[in-house]
Amino acid sequence: MSDTLLKVRDLKIGATIYPPGEKPRDIEIVHGVSFDLAPGKVLGLIGESGAGKSTIGLASMAYGRGGVKITGGEVWVNGRDVLKSKLGDIRKLRGGEVTYVSQSAAASFNPAKKIMEQVVEAAVEQKKFSRKEAEARARTLFAKLGLPDPENIGERYPHQVSGGQLQRCMTALALCPEPDLVVFDEPTTALDVTTQIDVLMAIKEAIRDTGVAALYITHDLAVVAQVSDDIMVLKMGNTVEYGPVDQIINNPQEEYTQALVSVRSIEHEEKAPTAEPVLSVRNITARYKGTQFDVLHNVNVDLYPGQTLAVVGESGSGKSTLARVITGLLPPREGEIEFAGRTLSPDLKGRSREDLRELQMIYQMADVAMNPRQTVGTIIGRPLEFYFGMRGKEKRKRIIELLDEIELGEKFMDRYPAELSGGQKQRVCIARSLAAKPKMIICDEVTSALDPLVADGILKLLLELQKIEDVAYLFITHDLATVRAISDNIAVMYQGKVQRYGSKSKVLSPPFDDYTDLLLSSVPEMKLGWLEEVIAHRKMESAGN
Amino acid sequence: MSPVVKLLAQRIALSLLLLLLISVVIFAGTMVLPGDVAQSILGQSATPEALANLRAELGVNDPPVQRYFAWLFGAIQGDLGTALTSGQDISEALASRFWNTLFLAFWAAVVAVPLAIFLGLVAVRFKDRWPDKLISGVTLASISIPEFLIGYVLMYLVAVKLRWFPSVAMINDNMNLFEKLNAIALPIAVLTLVVLAHMMRMTRAAILNVMQSAYIETAELKGLNAFQVIYRHAFPNAIAPIVNVVMLNLAYLVVGVVVIEVVFVYPGMGQYLVDHVSKRDVPVVQACGLIFAAVYIGLNMIADIVAILSNPRLRHPK
Repeated sequence: MSDTLLKVRDLKIGATIYPPGEKPRDIEIVHGVSFDLAPGKVLGLIGESGAGKSTIGLASMAYGRGGVKITGGEVWVNGRDVLKSKLGDIRKLRGGEVTYVSQSAAASFNPAKKIMEQVVEAAVEQKKFSRKEAEARARTLFAKLGLPDPENIGERYPHQVSGGQLQRCMTALALCPEPDLVVFDEPTTALDVTTQIDVLMAIKEAIRDTGVAALYITHDLAVVAQVSDDIMVLKMGNTVEYGPVDQIINNPQEEYTQALVSVRSIEHEEKAPTAEPVLSVRNITARYKGTQFDVLHNVNVDLYPGQTLAVVGESGSGKSTLARVITGLLPPREGEIEFAGRTLSPDLKGRSREDLRELQMIYQMADVAMNPRQTVGTIIGRPLEFYFGMRGKEKRKRIIELLDEIELGEKFMDRYPAELSGGQKQRVCIARSLAAKPKMIICDEVTSALDPLVADGILKLLLELQKIEDVAYLFITHDLATVRAISDNIAVMYQGKVQRYGSKSKVLSPPFDDYTDLLLSSVPEMKLGWLEEVIAHRKMESAGN
Repeated sequence: MSPVVKLLAQRIALSLLLLLLISVVIFAGTMVLPGDVAQSILGQSATPEALANLRAELGVNDPPVQRYFAWLFGAIQGDLGTALTSGQDISEALASRFWNTLFLAFWAAVVAVPLAIFLGLVAVRFKDRWPDKLISGVTLASISIPEFLIGYVLMYLVAVKLRWFPSVAMINDNMNLFEKLNAIALPIAVLTLVVLAHMMRMTRAAILNVMQSAYIETAELKGLNAFQVIYRHAFPNAIAPIVNVVMLNLAYLVVGVVVIEVVFVYPGMGQYLVDHVSKRDVPVVQACGLIFAAVYIGLNMIADIVAILSNPRLRHPK
């Protein structure tokens, strides 16, 4: 065996794009990337969406997703150039020498087949092990990855285990054929922060114990710092910086890397509560139609004019349900909503146009929240017509004002949503909600689908607009860095209850309750060895109890 | 009770309710049809007294509701009444013809369903290349031509010119299976051509839809070849829509063969129905309608049951 397992030289990858109304054309998305990976080492590929990191990862398996084609360069695995290999040899490589862990295990497992069948399939198909051996190996891996009931969990179907467990099953699937290289493509991105830390540790230990090499792809530099030996920073299909993890984190040379390392450094002084809250949620208990369980239990929170209340929690904590109750989409079983000094009708149908205007909402998925066949001008102009009856020149003037406020400008007026980037789309949604001159905006995970640097820009914009328009935000998020950046008050939600509530400084300083402590300590820090510290600390604590 | 059992019970109950409603519609529909059976039996020269006597004898003067229930309870016990024109017992006359229709439909299905699914799989494997386009083109052409025309064209070419198979699909109980199959080869060919396109295109569309899923990429990255990916990972998730369209076409094979049976003079239910519609023999029309409805509803119910059972989330709740 040669001493480099994976050698990539001047890799160029192209794709065919289909711009609306134009002829399809070929573009290059990765422009000559080179790197080496020794056996048993971990290389982190990091960059924002469109950087080409997943494309490069899949190229190591000679695979192009959709219309993606590898157009140039060399990819050597175990001393063979796989780009020149025959299809039959490539099949032996895939699932045998190189395996893949995807971002969403929930989507990557076949819902119609048992987990065990899928975990051993590649190992058996590639004749690495007999079915019996492979199944025994899978059970060992299940145990090693910390899955409950490792003897029998393989007999379940994918929908019968949780998201974090399925992600570990996917890791077992990748390790089962005893590959030389595993490509991890954002394996923890879709998980809750408290689940992520366990999966991350399981992956790290599995890499260490099996001596397998890995390409670890993620947009989160703090995560990749915990598992990698080397890091390559990518931007728009080019290498920005490539070196040992210590150098990239502690002494980045390039400006772009420095920006990634220092992302989320927004400073926001919390404001003291004023006399009258604009929104008071009083003793809200709610459940969905046809179910037997309350998803919100006696929730009480206040939001003050011109301030931000961050509602933070993991999936299933009830934070989005709270937004549905406030907007009237889900009438509560008990309790009431006071807004701007009046009690709101529990049901959307009972609310006046003024109620609707003063309480606006921005969503996580900006692209599905806009009509793709309307121009930006029409989208922002609609609330101006609907609430204020504006027409013609007056409306146009106001649209341009709003476009200037969101830092896009008049030239965006005639564009369609498909012509905008993710961050620009979210800005248009912000402008649309501001057009109604609301007292309060509910922001539901508005930065979760965006790259860190773009998300930073959106948060800065929201803070700026809050000063100008004096609007209050109810900011729903699972991301504690975002909470730190933007909030004045915080409500931590857990299993439908408000676990901890108060000013930012109070909620984020000790003494903590157990859940808030777990949540806060699970947020990855941009520091080498952080993962081991946290795990060691937790083990000590549980030993102490 | 487990959710699957409950769902299945609901689905079966719904089918029975639907069949009951259809029986009302059939009965009411045949009531409002114009024409007078007594007139058609006795002919134009019959005296008014003779007509009135015959009507009373046939029971057409009783209140409709009473007649409906009498008919329904009879039908549940397997007694479909007697044909007005011939005085024959309908259940008896229908039984052999129903089996003949099922015999034809069964063998047509045996040829058409596997062929359609296989062609669908091939079309997926060679998507947008010439095999896909050829399969789509030929099957679409065959579904676009009226079935009686295909029937006569095949009869002319294969039966008259080439003399491979008989042109008239007469079968009787004295024939062995091979002779029967030889006799019905042409109707089977026509029926296959008619139902192939629908099933093949649905198979292709359902599997292509599944092929977009992330788990297909996982399967490809395990080094499986294209047919393994389609057969092991795509097909099990495309069963529900495929079974649905297969059942719809099976129902068509039973219910919609009227034209083909007439073209090939096949002694099935379709011909029997057509004969008696022209004679205004209401009980026979009602009986055929009820049986066709039961077959149609039954097959669609089976499609739904397969769809429920093929969903692992319903079979294995959390």
